[in-house]
Amino acid sequence: MTRVPIRFYQVGSFAVGNRLLEDEDRTVQSDPQRTNSIDSGHRACQGCGEALGARYALDAAMRATNGQLAVVNATGCLEVFSTPYPETSWRIAWLHSLFGNAPAVATGVAAALRVKGRDVRVIGQAGDGGTVDIGFGALSGMFERNDDVLFICYDNEGYMNTGVQRSAATPPAARTATTDAVGPEPGNVFGQGKDLPRIAMAHDVGYVATATVADLHDLEAKVERAMSLRGARYLHILVPCPLGWGSASSDTINLARLAAESGIFPVFEAEHGVVTSVTPIRRRVRVEEYLKRQKRYAHLFGTQPRLEVIARLQALADANIARYGLVNDETTNATLED
Amino acid sequence: METPFAITLPVGTSRANHTGSWRVERPVYLHRLPPCNNACPAGENIQGWLYHAEAGEYESAWRTLVEDNPLPAIMGRVCFHPCESACNRVQVDEAVGINAVERFLGDVALEKGWALPGPGPETGRRVLVVGSGPAGLSATYHLRRAGHAVTLVDGAAQLGGMMRYGIPAYRLPRVVLDGEIERILALGVQVRLDHRVEDVAAEREAGAYDAVFMAVGAQIGRRVSVPAGDSARIVDAVNFLHAVADEDPPLLGRRVVVYGGGDTAFDAARTAKRLGASDAVIVYRRNREKMPAHGEEFEQALGEGVTMRWLSTISSFEGERLVVEKMALNEGGFPEPTGEFEELDADALVLALGQDTDLSLVAEHPEISVEGGVVSVADNLMTGLAGVFAGGDATPADRTATVAVGHGKRAARGIDDYLAGRESVTAPKHELADFSKLNTWYYADAPRQRRPELERVRRQGTFDEVILGLTEQNALFEARRCMSCGNCFGCDNCFGVCPDNAVMKIADGEYEFNYDFCKGCGICVAECPCGAIEMVPERI
Ligand SMILES: Cc1ncc(C[n+]2csc(CCOP(=O)(O)OP(=O)(O)O)c2C)c(N)n1
Ligand code: SF4
Ligand code: SF4
Ligand code: SF4
Ligand SMILES: [Mg+2]
Repeated sequence: MTRVPIRFYQVGSFAVGNRLLEDEDRTVQSDPQRTNSIDSGHRACQGCGEALGARYALDAAMRATNGQLAVVNATGCLEVFSTPYPETSWRIAWLHSLFGNAPAVATGVAAALRVKGRDVRVIGQAGDGGTVDIGFGALSGMFERNDDVLFICYDNEGYMNTGVQRSAATPPAARTATTDAVGPEPGNVFGQGKDLPRIAMAHDVGYVATATVADLHDLEAKVERAMSLRGARYLHILVPCPLGWGSASSDTINLARLAAESGIFPVFEAEHGVVTSVTPIRRRVRVEEYLKRQKRYAHLFGTQPRLEVIARLQALADANIARYGLVNDETTNATLED
Repeated sequence: METPFAITLPVGTSRANHTGSWRVERPVYLHRLPPCNNACPAGENIQGWLYHAEAGEYESAWRTLVEDNPLPAIMGRVCFHPCESACNRVQVDEAVGINAVERFLGDVALEKGWALPGPGPETGRRVLVVGSGPAGLSATYHLRRAGHAVTLVDGAAQLGGMMRYGIPAYRLPRVVLDGEIERILALGVQVRLDHRVEDVAAEREAGAYDAVFMAVGAQIGRRVSVPAGDSARIVDAVNFLHAVADEDPPLLGRRVVVYGGGDTAFDAARTAKRLGASDAVIVYRRNREKMPAHGEEFEQALGEGVTMRWLSTISSFEGERLVVEKMALNEGGFPEPTGEFEELDADALVLALGQDTDLSLVAEHPEISVEGGVVSVADNLMTGLAGVFAGGDATPADRTATVAVGHGKRAARGIDDYLAGRESVTAPKHELADFSKLNTWYYADAPRQRRPELERVRRQGTFDEVILGLTEQNALFEARRCMSCGNCFGCDNCFGVCPDNAVMKIADGEYEFNYDFCKGCGICVAECPCGAIEMVPERI
């Protein structure tokens, strides 16, 4: 899919809205009438990327489906901070069952609605733990059966709700409660973990995309595209977690941006197993710019920086850049300031 | 308990949970001072008028502009735009072409015949303005807006001061000058031309003026003694340009040498070329780095065939032979004679060595102190004599038209305070919106739009304007390059990025925080492109 870049309007297509833009060129989030699928008063940490990512994605889906939407949520931060008894932050039809079964429940809801003859669309959603680990079997089945569900993973790279344990989406070298920054290979090990977008592509599902909370136009376009299709679809959104990453609460969007701009987190979309478009890097940065702002990588810096580890992480970013072709003629090299 | 199907517990909304209590810092919207505004000698609210211009609302843009400066079409041509040197966009790609957009607005206003805001209710107070250059005209405008009656006097036959008699028409066409002057006169101004004020206090008394603003400029060309033969033709640049403005140019011959390194030297050389000189050489005693003339003037002149003789002084001018001595810069950067001489063929020598002020009108008044050839003034521009104010080139400041316009406004305010018996206070400035306050990620990459220039060949024999205006489309594009430093431009980022929906959008460009739910994460501050939000500690 190609998106036409908006002609120059001061902030072009980077900002949320802009008074100079036509309504159709603004994001859903710029609309005072947006759904606010997840409401104020939720108990997410200050600066939570997951709360933000969920509102971005679900508000876009609400607009794309004209409000005909049901959402199934796995256990995890997003569920826990939004629904402490007797309150709920959800202003949409929302269902929670267990940590490991959200894809299966979503399949069931979609089937039930089809039987009832209702054209209500279904989204299943979970954290990275609920997606790549405990929910993986159910998700793989959902993909294989091509059930009519968009599954969204809000990837904060760990089991954050239970105190920041490692998941199979935790990146190498990151410190978590279960991957201490000690020993010859401090933090999470290299060479393990799962790249779920690629695994989803291997299932040959109709639509797979990645996005971050730093590029709202891109994220919304992907949700809209996904909701225009039927069958199994997968969206993987990077959502920085100030608590688990040890970052400043104000840095959430900036970190998502640096993850993409360094190549650490490739942003692309694929249909039936084939990459159809990538979001090119605009101002390329070295991985240090991204890493040094997070305490989970603090052991790589300081008086005795672990240059060889940083180099391995840079190599991973470079491999992403090469694999997806993330650098183009317009990419500039920059080191974003603090 | 009656509950609907599948609902076993009564539910409430999480809005009952006021997460604002978690906060230790709160975000607040604020206005910071854009560096362009800070650098504008006329005190224009540049970011403010660009905000309207970028929406294509040219009339409100122009109205915002003329709040401070009634001469935008003139400034858009002759100002050396310190705003652009200060512009934050320099650090992204290139400065916003503020001056070009200003000129575009000024030209549209003249074309459409937009009138300046009308005079204020008459106060019955009378003010004498001496000198009708940029300072005098600007003061006249602001005084009329405050409702004071103004009598504007000038020793010359026409209004405009150095804008008419110093700045050549190829930089400032006379229709533009006349157009902007007439618009000020339309506010109701008594004008007296060909009238020299001999003594400021006597004049004030004779006319029963409540206050006086002296903006007499610096119109006397400085001379040096160059040993010269009887036949040598030596003129000073001020008189030369004045005569050209009067359409009575002196005959200088084919080879003209101009002595000096300021903007006036370049004006004189470029004018001489247009009058038919085949050679126009500027002799300057220092080098390019030390030259006070502005870079654009210099580039334009070279493009027109003016040549430079750096590090040279003129020792004599006999017959048609002009002798220059080569100089060398010493360690302190001052030129020192080398004893090496060269000869140049010259028909005429134009001296452009700086200008002095004729202050005979204050000679009888020791209360008005004169230092270094200019009048000393307080912050409100009042001289030592109560009710007598001074500004522009006759006071210690950079001698540019824009500084003069700023002085006119300041003096008008000072006079208004004086007439009301009020102390003059300067409003505190907002904190500067320096580059570190911006998040420039959000600004689209956008190269600057250039102003077209008159072809070189067409410049030779004519006084047609050299730098042409921007088209509407380019002016709009250029205005939209503005990053709106320190002032909200309605990008919706804060409204979009809050994880707690704690920013409310009231209308386009109008937002409010909902402190019941704001947790104080600071994302809105970090992601505001222009630095219009800050975090302040909560009192706990
Ligand atoms: C079967 C089961 N095992 C363990 C748990 C405890 N548990 C609740 S949330 C969670 C981690 C969730 O991690 P993730 O899916 O990445 O979501 P996040 O909290 O990071 O958003 C765990 C281990 C559970 N609820 N159910
Ligand atoms: S970007 Fe705009 S507001 Fe900022 S300094 Fe330049 S002109 Fe002024
Ligand atoms: S983003 Fe929201 S919660 Fe964070 S400081 Fe701004 S208003 Fe408050
Ligand atoms: S983020 Fe955008 S809308 Fe909000 S204050 Fe800044 S400029 Fe205005
Ligand atoms: Mg997680």
